[in-house]
Amino acid sequence: MSNPNTSSSGESHGSVSSYLIGFVLAVILTVLSFGVVMSHSLAPAGTLAALSVLALVQVLVHLHYFLHMGSGSEARWNNIAFVFTVAFVSILIVGTVFIMSNTSMNMMSR
Amino acid sequence: MAQNTTVPTAGHDEHHHENTVVFGFWVYLMTDCIIFGSLFATFAVLRNQFNGGPTPHELFEFGGLGLETALLLLSSITYGFGMIAAHKSEISKVILWLAVTFLLGLGFVGLEVREFAHMIAEGAGPDRSAFLSAFFTLVSTHGLHVTCGLIWIVTLIVQLMGTTEIPERMMNKLTCLSLFWHFLDIVWICVFTYVYLASMI
Repeated sequence: MSNPNTSSSGESHGSVSSYLIGFVLAVILTVLSFGVVMSHSLAPAGTLAALSVLALVQVLVHLHYFLHMGSGSEARWNNIAFVFTVAFVSILIVGTVFIMSNTSMNMMSR
Repeated sequence: MAQNTTVPTAGHDEHHHENTVVFGFWVYLMTDCIIFGSLFATFAVLRNQFNGGPTPHELFEFGGLGLETALLLLSSITYGFGMIAAHKSEISKVILWLAVTFLLGLGFVGLEVREFAHMIAEGAGPDRSAFLSAFFTLVSTHGLHVTCGLIWIVTLIVQLMGTTEIPERMMNKLTCLSLFWHFLDIVWICVFTYVYLASMI
């Protein structure tokens, strides 16, 4: 109990420095996201790609530094549920966009 | 020191208990993820259906969005500091950090309500176009979650007041709220990236 980084179960729940590292990374990534749109330095497709990469990295930073997702055996079922959800939501979003854009193409509404 | 000697035996049972409670809440968050996924998919399909109404370029501004993002991001780290204090059983610090988190969250909701009121007053309400319907549904669902989080924070502050130690049960509540709050920040990353910034390219 004397070590602030581990609880009685040995589970990690972060320290001041890990929260600060996560926070600084998140601020940098957010500022980059805003900057890339406000500066108009890239073509629209490139800007969207850059935004997607920055958002993905920032989500990973939050998951690691704020939600403390890890690979320990403690977290196994959390991770399984998470991977299932990511797969489910990906199919949901990609499938919806794919089907609906095909529909509008074929109906010539676009 | 007296406390330390009781930890190994008590810690084992409670540790098992904590896992099921926090895991159960984690599964709830995953279902919440699917709700937001559906709303993002809806928004992605309808994002160009303006029906002659206002477009994102006319509606969104960088200043307000940046401020909302900053408030929510700051509230994430202040809650984190609250959790660190909780693990050290420093209750007055926990209450202080929770109060700071509450104020930052309240600022976020206030800015969002002001933005919505401004848009509706300009005639860009959710009934104007499919794009605006999808926008209001997605962003206000997130705002509603943050509002629930605020009520939850107040509840926990009240429960913590006057206590001298944090029992395992209280720790579970704080951990679940921590997951909830950080999860909402992750959803906001997707909102400001795909709903706001991607529409302003």
